Amino acid sequence: MSAKLEKLKQALEQHLGAQVKKLTQALGEVSIEVAAADYGAALRVLRDTAELGFDELIDLCGVDYSDYAGEYRAEHRFAVVTHLLSIPNNWRLRVRVFAENDEFPVVASVTPLWNSANWYEREAFDLFGILFDGHEDLRRILTDYGFVGHPFRKDFPVSGHVEMRYDPDAGRVIYQPVSIAARENIPRVRREASYGDVQEGAKRA
Amino acid sequence: MPDIRNFTLNFGPQHPAAHGVLRMILELDGEQVERADPHIGLLHRGTEKLVESRSWLQSVPYMDRLDYVSMMCNEHAYCLAVEKLAGVEVPERALYIRTLFDEVTRILNHLLWVGCHALDVGAMTMALYTFREREDLMDAYEAVSGARMHAAYYRPGGVYRDLPDQMPQYEVSRWKNAKTVKAMNENRQGSLLDFLEDFTRRFPTYHAEYHTLLTDNRIWKQRLVNIGVVSPERAKQLGFTGAMLRGSGVEWDLRKKQPYAAYDKVDFDIPVGVNGDSYDRYLVRMEEMLQSNRVIRQCIDWLRVNPGPVMSDNHKVAPPPKAEVKSNMEALIHHFKLCSEGIHVPEGETYAGIEHPKGEFGIYAISDGANKPYRLKIRAPGFAHLAAMDEMARGHMLADVVTIIGSQDIVFGEIDR
Repeated sequence: MSAKLEKLKQALEQHLGAQVKKLTQALGEVSIEVAAADYGAALRVLRDTAELGFDELIDLCGVDYSDYAGEYRAEHRFAVVTHLLSIPNNWRLRVRVFAENDEFPVVASVTPLWNSANWYEREAFDLFGILFDGHEDLRRILTDYGFVGHPFRKDFPVSGHVEMRYDPDAGRVIYQPVSIAARENIPRVRREASYGDVQEGAKRA
Repeated sequence: MPDIRNFTLNFGPQHPAAHGVLRMILELDGEQVERADPHIGLLHRGTEKLVESRSWLQSVPYMDRLDYVSMMCNEHAYCLAVEKLAGVEVPERALYIRTLFDEVTRILNHLLWVGCHALDVGAMTMALYTFREREDLMDAYEAVSGARMHAAYYRPGGVYRDLPDQMPQYEVSRWKNAKTVKAMNENRQGSLLDFLEDFTRRFPTYHAEYHTLLTDNRIWKQRLVNIGVVSPERAKQLGFTGAMLRGSGVEWDLRKKQPYAAYDKVDFDIPVGVNGDSYDRYLVRMEEMLQSNRVIRQCIDWLRVNPGPVMSDNHKVAPPPKAEVKSNMEALIHHFKLCSEGIHVPEGETYAGIEHPKGEFGIYAISDGANKPYRLKIRAPGFAHLAAMDEMARGHMLADVVTIIGSQDIVFGEIDR
């Protein structure tokens, strides 16, 4: 398995060269980061070079890094993460690209390269408000008709902003501000890596 | 010269052939589809957002509710992702149990699919037949997890508990007399494995019945052959996976190509289509059921002779046995920490894909080291398949749209998430 990943890494270095800003291998998966300016060109190389042969786009999603508490330092708030699969070579690759403007995130569309990206990009636009330059039909896809906001951003509350009910006086369905309070049953906690490690505790004592 | 305009038809979201809540805007020229625009999201529950505010373990039952006809396969992908991030080893017996239940799930899914697909296309009897067999498999689900559908049986680190030694029995009631009950309980006298083995023995006969009803049926072939043809190149472009990709003639199955669980230790074949039409996809899925039956048989044989643990002994991830919690201080602390804070998953990101009955179902998880996921993306196979609706339906008749929906095996729980 690792010999195969080495081969993939070499092929990436050979064909993409300086376009790869960062190459990481973890948990048996290879991921690369590319700059927003190189994104479209780099993905075209990944698809068209026979040695790499990424003929399927399996997944594309947005990520909002604004609350990220780990060691990894994200350059910007919004990223688009693409998972590619090569059927002839039987390997996968993760490509991450950061949108340079946090207020108005724009990334090139890859729909012309892989048609399957069409709905995935619509989804990332709907949920994160990331715009895809070159996408011909960037409509909302999962949220309600007339929905306001981008619900998967970290500053959007889980309970949302509005709730819908039938108003008997008005004789129709109305929207009103949410009446439920957000609650957290299990708080989010991060522990240091050695937390609960008996040996580590003994060393300190 | 009269003014000729295309006719726009609203299909669904409450149409019986729309498989749930699919709303489609169809632009028709006479009876021919010029453009199909599926509107999805009517079942959007924001699973991926909800998961961010739950601990890693609490999210397992959410996975059941994604593709609600292949519950355990969804859990499998999620558990694989968590195990990969946390670096947990799963005991071999648990791997075989997972393989067994993945294949049970595949048959469950395909039975529902062939029943509903035939129902949509006009063969009423199929649904009655397949639901008869589904009942047995649902009983297997119930025996192992207590729930007929939303099992929450796979857990990070293994499976919740070992296979039961006895099957639940039917009881005499106002509607069922002692003689009927005795006949119904006949194959439930042994363990779950005996019950499933009996099923695998009966299933090929049932399967032959489906073939007799459909495969050479003139109406069935008229409705399916050459409908929704997708070439292998287009199938890859459109992100097809699973039976949709194999129906187009691409031999690709994650169980063989990137094996997980115990798939590298069992023997089975991958059926592949030739023409890439709805009929080929039907044949591929039909054959998959028989192959699943083979895999179940092999898993049963292995599980009979290889007892062992079914849950990891890493108590940072899997809870210690209840008896130990009551007598051992360390086990009590582990239990408390697990039930209050949950699993602490090291920082990192991973993608775990499995061969779900509908295609490649993947979980992309990002952890920032907390007890909850930072971001979880669910890659649902149906999402990519439905996105290709426009291309597949274009130029076909209105009635063929129903065939294509059926042949894509659409379930809204996973598409809308």
